[in-house]
Amino acid sequence: MSGDTVSVIRPRTHEEAAVAVRACGARGVVARGGPDRALGDAARNAGGAVLDMTGLDRVHVVDAAEGIVLCDAGLGLHRLAELLLPLGWSVPAFPAARHVTVGGAIGADLHGCAPDAAGSFSRHVVALELLTADGEVRAVRPDSELFGATAGGLGLTGVILTATVRLLPVETAYLTVGTERAADLDDLLARLAAPGTGRPHGYAAARIDLTARGAATGRAVLTRAGHAPRAALRGAVPRARRRPLSPRALQLLPPVGPLGSLVPAGIRYLAAPRAHPGRLRHLSVFRHPLDTVSLGGRCYGRLGRVRYQFAVGHGQEEALHRIVRRVADRRCPSARAVLQRLGAAGPGWLSCAVPGWSLALDLPVALPGLAAFLDGLDEEVAAAGGRVGLARDCRLRPDLLTAMYPRATDFRALRARLDPRGVFISDLARRLAL
Amino acid sequence: MKDAFGLPQSLLVLGGTSEIALATARRLIARRTRTVWLAGRSSPALEEAAEGLRRLGADVRTADFDALDPDSHESALGKVFAEGDIDLVLLAFGILGDQAEDERTPARAVRVAQTNYTGAVSAGLVAAGALQAQGHGSLVVLSSVAGERARRADFIYGSSKAGLDAFAQGLGDALHGTGVHVMVVRPGSVERPQTPFATTPEAIATAIELGLRRRAETVWVPGVLRVVMAALRHTPRALFRRLPA
Repeated sequence: MSGDTVSVIRPRTHEEAAVAVRACGARGVVARGGPDRALGDAARNAGGAVLDMTGLDRVHVVDAAEGIVLCDAGLGLHRLAELLLPLGWSVPAFPAARHVTVGGAIGADLHGCAPDAAGSFSRHVVALELLTADGEVRAVRPDSELFGATAGGLGLTGVILTATVRLLPVETAYLTVGTERAADLDDLLARLAAPGTGRPHGYAAARIDLTARGAATGRAVLTRAGHAPRAALRGAVPRARRRPLSPRALQLLPPVGPLGSLVPAGIRYLAAPRAHPGRLRHLSVFRHPLDTVSLGGRCYGRLGRVRYQFAVGHGQEEALHRIVRRVADRRCPSARAVLQRLGAAGPGWLSCAVPGWSLALDLPVALPGLAAFLDGLDEEVAAAGGRVGLARDCRLRPDLLTAMYPRATDFRALRARLDPRGVFISDLARRLAL
Repeated sequence: MKDAFGLPQSLLVLGGTSEIALATARRLIARRTRTVWLAGRSSPALEEAAEGLRRLGADVRTADFDALDPDSHESALGKVFAEGDIDLVLLAFGILGDQAEDERTPARAVRVAQTNYTGAVSAGLVAAGALQAQGHGSLVVLSSVAGERARRADFIYGSSKAGLDAFAQGLGDALHGTGVHVMVVRPGSVERPQTPFATTPEAIATAIELGLRRRAETVWVPGVLRVVMAALRHTPRALFRRLPA
């Protein structure tokens, strides 16, 4: 619950973080990236301490030739992108979640909306420094066991202090954004799976109109975006041609633009053009359908919303159909659904990124019978061999965790070995006995 | 840990043989609850209640607890909280007494007050302290509609519940902002189903589940009692006295 007592510690140096970890009380500590805006309880620790990592936000080394950056984990992805854009580099998984810090993106194994080439954020991490329970700093390489547990490990293996990240080359700061309508779910899946969607650094995400039922169930507005090559700027606004990599502030909340994301999907579908080939948008104004808007939570009433995100593999489209139908039949007007196609699997043991489909639902907590309804969806997902994402979870049934994440047992064993006193603990870890 | 819907994983019932508490425990076990502590005077009835809940698949343990012995509360509840976090404490003990008999024997009336009020004050404070230390949790206090306004028919019981109700409200305000949530439940009569606004343990369990999701501070069962009692609270005494019991 969001009102629980915690003491928030904001370290400014690695030493301060180590002192905080060594001195933590009986109820442990967990790191988080900034203010408590997470929908889940992975970054909460009732009665204990929380490390706010945003004080550690320096960029140490940038290799502009190779496209590699070494930076502190508390640095926000939007800030990193802002710094690197003039050098011709972009951040992996960006622009899906600009609030997220580098450490948060690793801890949650953030998957952007780039289907094949890019994959989840941790696949681009070359090395990281982890502050473990004994107060020591360990260098972690992607081939190690500890990396598998840390990527997607929700901060339960330790505090990520720095990360070395491989970057994606871009020619301009602009995206070519195209919109199209899909008449039903089959059409949508076919469009998402079509070749060309999976080209490097291409983003594709669809907002499903849950008010449509019957034959139109699962109709959606699909947005595709890709980094525009320099040639695409020909004929565009003069400013874009003159400074293709302009470091315009990648502001978190442009005043008007994001309000568009509050438009209900039913209206959005009717208003969207049948097919729009694409126009140029600066990175700073392009918003991913899942980006949070500060007003967004207000649409779900006093009790707020619950985010239900799951991934099922290719070949499980039938399960996806059933779930979308069930949600549509609940007739919840404020529900939101965003479908993406995931590429390569994430390296993390508790990573939700499996090759297949990812559907994120936002539902109001006040919806009668929602708890039992989502339990039913859990079973459907588990039966299809899928996973419910833990990064924003706040309600998963603990007994289904091992069925969804086969390596959860290894994760518990590694934690018992690495952190016998249980220094790193969050509400999520208590709830799911991780 | 409670989930987004306020459903607890571990439950401590003070007054482990209470019908209302057991109906609530059954309801919560069907949702998320896996660990249940039944605290009460050790008796065959308590063991039987524990056995009934075990059959539903929960890990049920009993703890020795006597409402009339406040000195023992600290150690009795301390043992329970030492075993792990408790997400929900249900303060459910209380005795109805026999109004006519209690009026004749003041010592018996005092016993009603000691169980329902002073015992609950002590146990409530101990539980609140433990919840505050763990930084989260809910304390659900079973008050009664009889505590809202004293009536000729049950004012001894009613006055004890009135004290408990005021205590729980104040405790809720004291704990506001600490992560601990105190909910006062005011049900109508369960023992006399023929009276108006009577209710059942199952209906109370449903109301508690809903109140937990909403983080409600006061729950009336049935809900219409909120309006009825608002009217009765302002009825002149001369008229109130003449109302049928």
